[in-house]
Amino acid sequence: MEQSKKNQFIHGVKRGFPIALGYLPVSFTFGLMAVNGGLPLWLTVFISLTNLTSAGQFAGTSLILSGASYLEVTLTTFVINIRYMLMSLSLSQKLDKNISLAKRLVFGFGITDETFSVASAEPGRLTNEYMLGLISTPILGWSLGTLLGGLICSSLPEALSSAMGIALYGMFIAIIVPPAVSSRPVLTIILVSVAATLLLRYLPVFSFISDGFRAIIATIIGASFGAYFYPVKEESTDD
Amino acid sequence: MIKKAFLSVLLMALVTYLPRVLPIAVFRKEIKSPFIKSFLHYIPFAVLASLTFPDIFFSTGNISTALCGTAVALFLAYKGKGLVVVALGAILTVFLTGLVF
Repeated sequence: MEQSKKNQFIHGVKRGFPIALGYLPVSFTFGLMAVNGGLPLWLTVFISLTNLTSAGQFAGTSLILSGASYLEVTLTTFVINIRYMLMSLSLSQKLDKNISLAKRLVFGFGITDETFSVASAEPGRLTNEYMLGLISTPILGWSLGTLLGGLICSSLPEALSSAMGIALYGMFIAIIVPPAVSSRPVLTIILVSVAATLLLRYLPVFSFISDGFRAIIATIIGASFGAYFYPVKEESTDD
Repeated sequence: MIKKAFLSVLLMALVTYLPRVLPIAVFRKEIKSPFIKSFLHYIPFAVLASLTFPDIFFSTGNISTALCGTAVALFLAYKGKGLVVVALGAILTVFLTGLVF
């Protein structure tokens, strides 16, 4: 029993490791941006440790740097992060039913776009130990990258630091493209979600919708489209 | 200034944590509806796609380099390369094409 828990944890760590490596350039960029903007290094690393998120933390930090009010910072970050509720709800269906509330409150901290996607693709029920393993290396990678970015900030050539802006999206592409190649429904859902995002972004009627809500609405449209036209068959592990 | 920034960060952490844990903490029932099950199954792809496009094209401060980086990332991912290779390939492409454009 103890042995299988340990194996679960190690399996999680292994699955989290590529995420952690991918986080390095992204969090590095965050460290650069925050320290260049005038935040102390300790606070910059503290943001990564406590927030562990990309878009929300980038947006919140730029608002702090521009002297925004508590309400603006909190509301913007919250709206960008509402999408985690969808992911968390989705995970609630895959978690081992016997995991206690306290344990859920601990590993829930580590749900990110990437850990969620990797956990979703895992066959079978998810255990507490697997989840703890899965989130541990990404937390480390995210904080370490931030620290390095903050330390090195002034000595890095501008061309390199702006090139790193694409890292986050490169990771997203690495996650969604392989399943899209083998699954027609997934490809269609991706195209529908992107089309929805473009319409919401560029049609003037929708210009009042903020970035965070746009992602949520587009996600709901894309996933609903998929659920309607390509319902997942019972107990299919993955398609 | 620092005190205000620190408090703001704590508020950010709170509103990032709550949406993550509320559903898994509160919701334990098995969802029966095939529609909602499928909907939840497809969320990862829908979320990441809408976060990536079109924002990736503006991620480097130069649309030409970003387009090249995107093309390389798509190609590497299509070939089944992992997270790290795709991300680094995109960065390197943006950096190199940045010397030209």
